[in-house]
Amino acid sequence: MSAVLLRGFGWRHAGRRAWAVRGVDLRVEAGERVLLLGPSGAGKSTLLSALAGLLPEDSGEQEGTVEIDGLDPRKGRERVGIVFQDPQTQLVMARCGDDVAFGLENRGVPTAEIWPRVDEALRRVGFPYSRDRNTAALSGGEQQRLALAGALALRPGLLLLDEPTANLDPAGADLIRQAVAGALDADTTLILVEHRVAEALPLVDRVVVLEPGGGVRADGPPEEIFAAHGATLADEGVWVPGHPVVPRPATATPGDLLLTADRLGLPPRLGPTNLGVRAGEALAVRGPNGAGKSTLALLLGGLLKPGTGRVTASAELAGSDHRTPPHRWRAPALAKRIGSVFQDPEHQFVTSTVFDELALGPRRTGQQEAAVKDTVAELLERLRLTRLAAANPYTLSGGEARRLSVATALATAPRLVICDEPTFGQDRRTWRELVDLFADLRDAGHGIVTVTHDADFVAALADRTVTLERQ
Amino acid sequence: MDNTTNRWRTIDIVVASVIAVAFGVIFWAWGLVWSATEGAFAFFPPAQTLIYGVWLMPAVVGGLVIRKPGAALYCETVAAVVSALLGSQWAGTVIPQGIVQGIGAELAFAAFRYRSFRLPTAALAGALTGLSAALFDFFVWNVETELVNYRIPYALLTIVSATVIAGIGGWLLTRALANTGVLDRFPAGRNRALV
Amino acid sequence: MISIEPVAAPGAPLARRNPVAKVAAALVFSFTLLATLDPVAPAIAIAVELAVLPLFGVRYRVLARRALPLLLSGAGILVTLVLFAADRSGRVLLDVGPVMVTTGVLLTALGLILRVFAVALPGVIVFATTDPTDLADSLIQNAKAPPRFAIGALAAFRLVPLLGQEWQMISMARRARGVDAGRNPVAKLRLFASTAFALLVGAIRRGTRLAVAMDARGFDADTPRTVARRQRFGPADGLLIAGAVVLAGGALTVSVLLGTFRPLIS
Ligand SMILES: Nc1ncnc2c1ncn2[C@@H]1O[C@H](COP(=O)(O)OP(=O)(O)OP(=O)(O)O)[C@@H](O)[C@H]1O
Ligand SMILES: Nc1ncnc2c1ncn2[C@@H]1O[C@H](COP(=O)(O)OP(=O)(O)OP(=O)(O)O)[C@@H](O)[C@H]1O
Ligand SMILES: [Mg+2]
Ligand SMILES: [Mg+2]
Repeated sequence: MSAVLLRGFGWRHAGRRAWAVRGVDLRVEAGERVLLLGPSGAGKSTLLSALAGLLPEDSGEQEGTVEIDGLDPRKGRERVGIVFQDPQTQLVMARCGDDVAFGLENRGVPTAEIWPRVDEALRRVGFPYSRDRNTAALSGGEQQRLALAGALALRPGLLLLDEPTANLDPAGADLIRQAVAGALDADTTLILVEHRVAEALPLVDRVVVLEPGGGVRADGPPEEIFAAHGATLADEGVWVPGHPVVPRPATATPGDLLLTADRLGLPPRLGPTNLGVRAGEALAVRGPNGAGKSTLALLLGGLLKPGTGRVTASAELAGSDHRTPPHRWRAPALAKRIGSVFQDPEHQFVTSTVFDELALGPRRTGQQEAAVKDTVAELLERLRLTRLAAANPYTLSGGEARRLSVATALATAPRLVICDEPTFGQDRRTWRELVDLFADLRDAGHGIVTVTHDADFVAALADRTVTLERQ
Repeated sequence: MDNTTNRWRTIDIVVASVIAVAFGVIFWAWGLVWSATEGAFAFFPPAQTLIYGVWLMPAVVGGLVIRKPGAALYCETVAAVVSALLGSQWAGTVIPQGIVQGIGAELAFAAFRYRSFRLPTAALAGALTGLSAALFDFFVWNVETELVNYRIPYALLTIVSATVIAGIGGWLLTRALANTGVLDRFPAGRNRALV
Repeated sequence: MISIEPVAAPGAPLARRNPVAKVAAALVFSFTLLATLDPVAPAIAIAVELAVLPLFGVRYRVLARRALPLLLSGAGILVTLVLFAADRSGRVLLDVGPVMVTTGVLLTALGLILRVFAVALPGVIVFATTDPTDLADSLIQNAKAPPRFAIGALAAFRLVPLLGQEWQMISMARRARGVDAGRNPVAKLRLFASTAFALLVGAIRRGTRLAVAMDARGFDADTPRTVARRQRFGPADGLLIAGAVVLAGGALTVSVLLGTFRPLIS
């Protein structure tokens, strides 16, 4: 039941020259359900933080005004509930019940009322465990639901959700959307950021598209917006429903085996798995949350020591090292042969600028400085990160960070590339570029393994799919 | 929000705690990687004074990053409680020890009225934590040893180690942290170039 | 992997006591014993500690594992005293160069080693049976600790196992990018330092975001906080502290009566 009013709003993060978001005039009435769209880096997450009163004055520079029910959001925080993209950083307590109760305690809710409200919030999001469950023992989807319960327990007038289903398997994502739909009171205002428009549409009645350079590009009921601007928006990176992407199937038959997994596993994270990857082939690994896909990726990438079975590399991939398994190779040799993209991009960053991040691999594998510069420049250009070359990798937007992490793995031109969720949180344009990038690599004879929940990506690129089951 | 007031913001409290906790984890990992060193120290305990300063770093780093009264004391105390909770064999006794050590660094920052956070201040903070740690050990643990050949050199080496590792090392560490941009919301992290 | 769960059976009669009472009892007990250097009082105290162990629901094996490193410290004390003891009275058992072992030295060493164990064990027992959340709740409610600080520290403490995993992740990320140390110990030390630095940076970044998430749920608001979980400090908790005073005092008294008592500051 809270209304939002933005007048000429802009925000520039400390340390940046460019405005993250600028010139936004927007009015959202109480009870409206808004889908906020825009290409990666357009400032969607920044805008949500502003609405939640979470941009402290000392962390950047503001233009214009934001008001929630006529109040500065930093003063009216009790009206707003927010769920961020990464559930891990928003859980505060060790026990699930305590975590939901945390907000209620802060708001001074009397002790007698706290537990009934906690139970009600947990029930509304369909949380399956008891209040005493340890928050560290939850899967990503379960954490996401708990975070949602923590926000709902405060009965916010305005609920802000930033890509709440990224990284969830399709079933888990459905559950979250159902939980949101079921948990909203009729008069709760909702602002949702989600790249996958088709799935989010049932939850909203209005679409707002941010323009990367500043201002609002389009605003109105979804059908009208997509009818009027569908084609241009799709070109600019919005996932407009009904604009399918051109698939890139393999142009040649796959070559020889590069890497073989034989009863490979790491109990209890992953049971024994058999699998082979060929040169010139794109293999997709799918399966529900917690099935062990990321573990498999790390094992194949020679980064974890197998608990059971083994990984064998062919002589074509491993050269003189083909008698030893990848996890025993020296790091520079490994980096030249197998590139890994981690599920959480931030886990992958080692240096403090985007440029150094890309240059690290080539330097370690002995490339000349001039060649390094060329490699880096080309990757920056291709993934539209040139403008951010001097930025700290940790200050990038979700999508920018993902692109950078993919680029770092490609910088050493490894024969085999293993990617964990390379496309989550990507706008349509970057997504297409990633598909093309991987397809080009594959057609040049590289082996590609992608772990993914993204059905479109599998359809567009994969030649073969392996599905892991939860044990 | 105004950084010159003494009220701790949430971010001050949480980051101070996190610094203490992270040092707890680093000490734990040190034990895993270098378990041999512990044995070596057991066979020549005075050698411990050489790295004594490492255990005192949270106090100095906490003080330099947060820049509020009580930060040094708070960090070192939380670090002590954390190591007790993680199952340090010293358990309860590290808590008062941590408090005593934290007071040392706190006094140094207080002497400059929480206005100076430059290298000399940091070195002094290191020296004073070293001094308080040395006094604690002098009176509580080392009583039965020779004064001239052991107790006094041990105390002096502790102070030197604390000045160099906790004081100067802590200052360098804080500067390196500021360069990564994680301290952007603290006074210690201001003045970086725009990108 | 680091675990932050308590290791004791939760229902045990003393494990259930108020956390602040337990910590206070352990501190009182330990610090009383610091006052003496003789072997008798700590020996009695250790006997008491082992006797109450079942009441805390801690198994002897668990305690042994946690206390094992104390043996190393014990060895350290012995070596130090053999080399540097102030008092070398008694019969000479061994005399080579700086090493001079006398019965007096051994007796002093025994006293100090027992003292280390007697002083450390109460803390080990108490922290092995205390849940950090309960401790923070109790510090706020029973010891009047400032809530923002206690909760902030608790929230940071929850990151411990995550940071342990992060350590592994950072190591893997480096390896994936061609950074490793091989067998060279200097390179290994450098890699350790840079991994530790990365962990610290990551931890502070996490802390910053956690603080934002906490503020988003009203942590910094001016409204006075309420508590979801009451921690009570009852007569039994008072008794626990009193018991610790009595038992530690008793150990000292026995030592005084036997004439073995040697005060720390004489
Ligand atoms: N903490 C920060 N410090 C500096 N710059 C930042 C920070 N957070 C975001 N930015 C920059 O602000 C711009 C907008 O980021 P924001 O995260 O709001 O984008 P977004 O629309 O949510 O993108 P995505 O869809 O990729 O998540 C980006 O260019 C990003 O690099
Ligand atoms: N470092 C770790 N230590 C212990 N257990 C872990 C670790 N990492 C993951 N697990 C557990 O192992 C199982 C498999 O995890 P993994 O991350 O491989 O799953 P996944 O298939 O990638 O899931 P998602 O789709 O959510 O990314 C999960 O139950 C997880 O909780
Ligand atoms: Mg975003
Ligand atoms: Mg995964």
